[in-house]
Amino acid sequence: MMALITALELIVSGNRELFFTVGTSLAFSFFSTLFAGIFGLVIATIFTLGKFPLRRFIISLVTSLMAVPTVVVGLIVYSLISRSGPLGSLGWLFTPYAVVLGQSIFALPIVISYLWAGFSKLDTRFFETIQTIGCSFPYKCLLTWRESPAALVNALLSTFGRVLSEVGISMMLGGNLRWYTRTMTTAIALETTRGEYEYALALGILLLLFAMGINALTLRMVRQKVAA
Amino acid sequence: MRLLSKSSLTILVLIIPSLLAAEGSLRLATTTSVENSRFLDFLLPAFQKETGIPVDVIALGTGAALALGRKGDVDALLVHAPAQEERFMQEGYGVSRANIMYNDFLLVGPESDPAGVRFAPTIQEGFTRIARARAPFLSRGDGSGTHIKEKEIWNKAGILPQGSWYKEGGQGMEALLRMASDMKAYTLTDSATWAFLREKLSLKALYRNQNESILKNFYSLILVNPEPHPHVAFSIARTFLEWITGPEGRQKIQSYTIRGKQVFFLQRQP
Repeated sequence: MMALITALELIVSGNRELFFTVGTSLAFSFFSTLFAGIFGLVIATIFTLGKFPLRRFIISLVTSLMAVPTVVVGLIVYSLISRSGPLGSLGWLFTPYAVVLGQSIFALPIVISYLWAGFSKLDTRFFETIQTIGCSFPYKCLLTWRESPAALVNALLSTFGRVLSEVGISMMLGGNLRWYTRTMTTAIALETTRGEYEYALALGILLLLFAMGINALTLRMVRQKVAA
Repeated sequence: MRLLSKSSLTILVLIIPSLLAAEGSLRLATTTSVENSRFLDFLLPAFQKETGIPVDVIALGTGAALALGRKGDVDALLVHAPAQEERFMQEGYGVSRANIMYNDFLLVGPESDPAGVRFAPTIQEGFTRIARARAPFLSRGDGSGTHIKEKEIWNKAGILPQGSWYKEGGQGMEALLRMASDMKAYTLTDSATWAFLREKLSLKALYRNQNESILKNFYSLILVNPEPHPHVAFSIARTFLEWITGPEGRQKIQSYTIRGKQVFFLQRQP
């Protein structure tokens, strides 16, 4: 109980390191979601509108990659960018670049799955219409996106939430460096093992608030978009 | 109904032995250095063989181990930060504290040694050169015994390490050495973990002086006070203390070698 009060005090008093860590987390998740979002949007649209061999198979393969654990993504990217790895000369390991790279790879199948699910819900008449008006492929893409704002919002916010709460990639690729790559989740892991329960609890409360806030926001925006 | 009672009986039969096992085991919180040097893998089986007591090891930094002791989550601590240990004892969280063994801390870093610590006259001077050159330094940053020692040295050098060259990893010794190796950074380490890992790292021991008193690394065993936490297995912990300070334990400590070299040394009896 005392720990909870101290934790709330830390939050209310605006502890500098606490909010720096929160900011780092938000920044990493923002860029990861952005990059994954851009690539994911392209891929999901191709999945929806394109015709290519093994389409069904490739789609189910990509969406099933959603289940890949963060530590596996961490391990693969680690072996690529460690000094002895093929991309070692970049010197990216234990920098924000490494975390964003890993998280983007982790987020990509998630974004694609959400978008693909959203696009699939569009009325078949919509697809028939864009076929018959015979517009260019990029224009078809644009029309598809305009038809499904709820899917876009849902995909991006849900992915952001997932990335924000992951710990494996941030820990393995960021190295939990203070004032540099320490995120909310890695800090919670560290501070708990250090016995700094109050600080960990403060971060836990903030993380929970963000996760629930994003969830509520997603629901609200999706409802509004659907209503509109 | 019969099926239910039968399955609950099966569950009970399955659970009871594990409860009994938990009853008779020792929960030992240690620093990562003794775990990372694989010393415990060598020591504990011998103890279990002799006494039948299994030991569950929770390897953390010294600061975290002491925190677990305060909460009564472990029965004994094997730690290496004398000042913090004394405070722990004064606060009444520990019952007895025994010096077990010692080795030393050393400064490691990239072979190119950009700050030139190799020929520093003292460890403080070595740290000063790193700060002056703003050469990358990776700190444990986890409140461990090694981290506390590092801060003591910075303090003695009159430097408050700050800036982009100084990073805090917040990880155990082995993980941190691997990170330092990849980042081409300097770091302070204990000689046992270093002996175990040195060949896997692209780091060199750049400053080491086993006779410099500030670099001495003393390990002690503390028994957690069962008074505030009745579930603490005090008598089991005492058995371990008696064993490790007795002839078998001492012989084991002395006979542990890494690549033919002894890494932990017995404290001279006062």
